[in-house]
Amino acid sequence: MSVTALEKIAPDGAVTPTGTGAAVVSVRGLSKQFGAGPMVMAGLDLDIQHGSKVAIIGANGTGKSTLIRMLVRLVEPGGGDIRLLGEDIRRLGAPGLKRLRSRVGFVFQRHNLVTRLSALTNVVHGVQSRMSGPRSWTQLLAPREVRAEAMHCLERVGLADKAMARVDTLSGGQSQRVAVARMLMQRPELVIADEPDASLDPKSGEEVMATLAALASEQNATLIFVSHRMEHAIRFSERIVGLGGGRVALDQPSHMVSEAELMRFFHHD
Amino acid sequence: MIDVIKPKVSHLPPRIERMNPISFTLTFGVAAFVIWSLTTAGPSVEQLARGLPNIGNILSRMFPPDLERIDRILWSLFQTFQMAIAGCAIGLILSVPLGILAAEGLSPHPAIRTAARSLIAVFRTVPDLVWALIFVIAVGLGSPAGVLAIAIDVMGFAARFFAEAMEETDKGPREALSALGANKLGMIMSAVLPAALPSMIATSLYCLEKATRASVVLGLVGAGGIGVELKVAFDLFAYQTAATIILVILMLVIAVEQTGGWLRRKII
Repeated sequence: MSVTALEKIAPDGAVTPTGTGAAVVSVRGLSKQFGAGPMVMAGLDLDIQHGSKVAIIGANGTGKSTLIRMLVRLVEPGGGDIRLLGEDIRRLGAPGLKRLRSRVGFVFQRHNLVTRLSALTNVVHGVQSRMSGPRSWTQLLAPREVRAEAMHCLERVGLADKAMARVDTLSGGQSQRVAVARMLMQRPELVIADEPDASLDPKSGEEVMATLAALASEQNATLIFVSHRMEHAIRFSERIVGLGGGRVALDQPSHMVSEAELMRFFHHD
Repeated sequence: MIDVIKPKVSHLPPRIERMNPISFTLTFGVAAFVIWSLTTAGPSVEQLARGLPNIGNILSRMFPPDLERIDRILWSLFQTFQMAIAGCAIGLILSVPLGILAAEGLSPHPAIRTAARSLIAVFRTVPDLVWALIFVIAVGLGSPAGVLAIAIDVMGFAARFFAEAMEETDKGPREALSALGANKLGMIMSAVLPAALPSMIATSLYCLEKATRASVVLGLVGAGGIGVELKVAFDLFAYQTAATIILVILMLVIAVEQTGGWLRRKII
């Protein structure tokens, strides 16, 4: 990988924590290869402190989505160590992994909602992080307090009036906000978002990002998001981590970089 | 004057590719077997010439249909339909868990999936009349045997289609629920079944049509329903009564098929 101007500012692979608490994510020597393909990760190190907002950027194929998916083992890590919320994720059995995942809210690029069901039922599904059985499967059977909490989550994303609307009748931006409400229903300590603004028009994308960042601040939750929109990376994060060559190739406080500099990082990568 | 274009082509491919000896032997063998089957098992021209007037004779003796026992026939038809409904309901309810066990990615273990698929194959391969004969021996003459035969036949059909419908659902919602720590049952009930529901309803309606047709003939082997009435009418040469029974069966089957088709269009 070629050297960029930003790399000169940031020590190679070094971490500049912007959060205040203990590390919620600690990655050491992470490597990953899919089949006989090239190494997606090659000894990546990364620490993320509690309460911080971190944007992960990088060109296509640099392993941004793979990295955040490996954090909760939606993709199995190759070599190296990952500690998430104090847990060594590689040592966790199925029940332990389920417990850990229940503490992490994950927002996907495609909202991944059940489109035939109402917005409210989709938000109620978020309670499955701490409750199981038929009463968590649909708003029809959900206990009163669960329905009330789900409605509150929809209110926080500005969609209370769409509670009973089927998701396939909502716009892309509204659907993504329902997905954010489902994530809130989880009461997560850490929020991970994989390009939540990618499939949305600029206005909806910005609304979703603003909602996510505001909610993370309100809850003092850590926010890690992947984005291809440099203006979002700068505006909604405190720290920008750029991936390249299977490692952290850029690590800067957001206020110290401009869009033009980030674009240069992309072009040199 | 238009010039006639005569393209100069050095080589034209053959219209039919030359067959290799194995393909030729197989094709010839299959054709020979079909002809042999037609000559030994099929009706001869002489039999057809003799039989056609007989069919005409029976049809003429069926007309006009005898409506004297219509109330009893309609009641029997109603019981037949109930048999179809009950068998279908049992079969469809059991098809849901069986379909889940047979679905890739939802079954708890590959060995369980193979076992479920094998069971479904057995249910599907054995004809419903054979199941009826088995259940007549097991539970005795009457509609319970018919209901059980229909249920097994429905499971052989519906469980396979339910499994396929569930496998084809969008994996995204499943992944989202897995990522938030939901258990497998929660994922299936919250994400998979709601997404597969339209396809499962269409399959269920088709099963009801199939079960209605099956319930009519199961009576021929003593498994209850209007088939018994039809057999008795033919045995006693009461062709006009038989005509009435055939007509009401036809009306029921058409009504169920039409209603099923309408519901499918409304739901999907």
